[in-house]
Amino acid sequence: MKLRDKEKDVIALLSEAQRESKHNYITEEKLKLIAQEAGLSYSEVYGVATFYSLFSLKPRGEYIIRVCDSGPCHLMGSRSIFEVLEEELKIKVGETTPDGKFTLEETSCLGICDEAPAMMINEKVYGNLTPQEIKKILKRLREKKW
Amino acid sequence: MVKELKSPVRIVLENCGKINPESIEEYIAQGGYKAVNRVLQEMKPEEVINEIKASGLQGRGGAAFPTGLKWEFTSRAKDTPRYIICNADEGEPGTFKDRPILEGDPHKIIEGMIIAGYAVGAHYGYIYIRGEYILSINRFQKALEQAEEHRFLGEDILESGFNFQIEIHQGAGSYVCGEETALMDSIEGKRGNPRFKPPFPPSSGLWKKPTVINNVETLANIAPIILKGADWFRGFGTKECPGTKVYAVSGHVKEVGVVEAPMGITLRKIINEYAGGMRQGKFKMAQVGGTAGAILGEDMLDVSLDYASLKRKGLVLGSGAILVMDETTCCVDMLKCFLNFFKRECCGKCVPGRIGTEKLLEITTSISQGKGKEDDIDLILQTAKVMQKASLCALGQSPILPISTILKYFKEEFIEHIKGRCPTGVCKI
Repeated sequence: MKLRDKEKDVIALLSEAQRESKHNYITEEKLKLIAQEAGLSYSEVYGVATFYSLFSLKPRGEYIIRVCDSGPCHLMGSRSIFEVLEEELKIKVGETTPDGKFTLEETSCLGICDEAPAMMINEKVYGNLTPQEIKKILKRLREKKW
Repeated sequence: MVKELKSPVRIVLENCGKINPESIEEYIAQGGYKAVNRVLQEMKPEEVINEIKASGLQGRGGAAFPTGLKWEFTSRAKDTPRYIICNADEGEPGTFKDRPILEGDPHKIIEGMIIAGYAVGAHYGYIYIRGEYILSINRFQKALEQAEEHRFLGEDILESGFNFQIEIHQGAGSYVCGEETALMDSIEGKRGNPRFKPPFPPSSGLWKKPTVINNVETLANIAPIILKGADWFRGFGTKECPGTKVYAVSGHVKEVGVVEAPMGITLRKIINEYAGGMRQGKFKMAQVGGTAGAILGEDMLDVSLDYASLKRKGLVLGSGAILVMDETTCCVDMLKCFLNFFKRECCGKCVPGRIGTEKLLEITTSISQGKGKEDDIDLILQTAKVMQKASLCALGQSPILPISTILKYFKEEFIEHIKGRCPTGVCKI
């Protein structure tokens, strides 16, 4: 028994395309290919790709830092987390460092409000953040080889 | 692991933190899959539906629709195939009550889904887990494999002749997809835009087929009700809202975390007895039900936190998220944060949602900067009222609740900002 045709599941195809990309994004070429595979128009697939916040059509960094600024995190000081990150990385929200290492994004609630303020870097969760903690995390990631 | 406060009752969270969630053997040793066994061997589908109806279980995602009734409608729909969906797209800010179940007791959800499938005559189930819940997705995947190995899923389950299988669909980052019809469009591989209702999912849901869509916490209640009976379940909570609720407490309290308590517990009791009281300052307000929920002031500390009691006051329990704020919190700053959320997550399909969320944020931001005008407060209210009436889905209909309730208590603070002063010193004017 098979629930549905995997080849036609656009969201799964987009996720896969993004995972395969070195720069955490979906290229225009890939979008066209997926449209073809799924039997949809390019605009439909473009519409889907731009709807979901986990997808990007612009190249992004090796590490995507997603900081929550919803109610509980905001209350527990997420603004200062953004400030430290912007200062340390010398970029604004939505930008990528020139070396292609980090992208800074703002995200809605991540469901880890018991550890607010919180963020995710790629697939890892970081909670109970403080400016000192952020600096330590960045140092560790900077020292990692490409 | 999600932090759990000392829960006075544990039905939904019973196994969380107690068993190894990656071991089906441990789940079975706690009486797991007994309910599936009983249902398949001893009960007719109508009997299952009647038991759930008799229990008075209501949807724990926030809408509080009677679960048994939803199942009954779907079972009577003529079209086939029928589908079961578990909504695990927990995205309402401040809500982290499904995560402990997903991470700590995934088999309980699977069990609930199988029973729902049998009751309504569905053979396919989806669980839509938000893409950010990586551990939940991994644990659930492992649990599905184990359940298949043990023949609780697949064909001819426990030699009953009943077939059922479940697939995970990962979200890709969208709050609106927690809305049931948007979620279905998302499973279908589309943009997660909410659909116009009616038709409702029991008659036309996933791929326009009859569909039951239940929240994680709702489904986690099913096996215990089957095993212990509707009367036992009604022994908890209130007459109108039986059972327990998993409340997620965050903000300025000593201990944050989830707590399972009988429906109808008060805010005062949650803060003082389970969350260890306020962290340092004095209580100012709490937002109940997530960002789409109402602001409750001190006069509401003793109101019963159940669907019916709050509804009578024009409020909502929603997902059961409780964000506690002390006197250092600025109302304008928090409202700005809530409105920023609505603006970011609005799908843009309907005009009231798209333009309304944008305008609400714009006006509130200008108030927070000391640039507001006197009639801005009315303008916010009026805009939110129009959105409530004219928006397509709950996202656009919701801002009125936090706005009207925060203004009920703290209008003066907004006026202060307009005059050029933030009383708490949070806003830079």
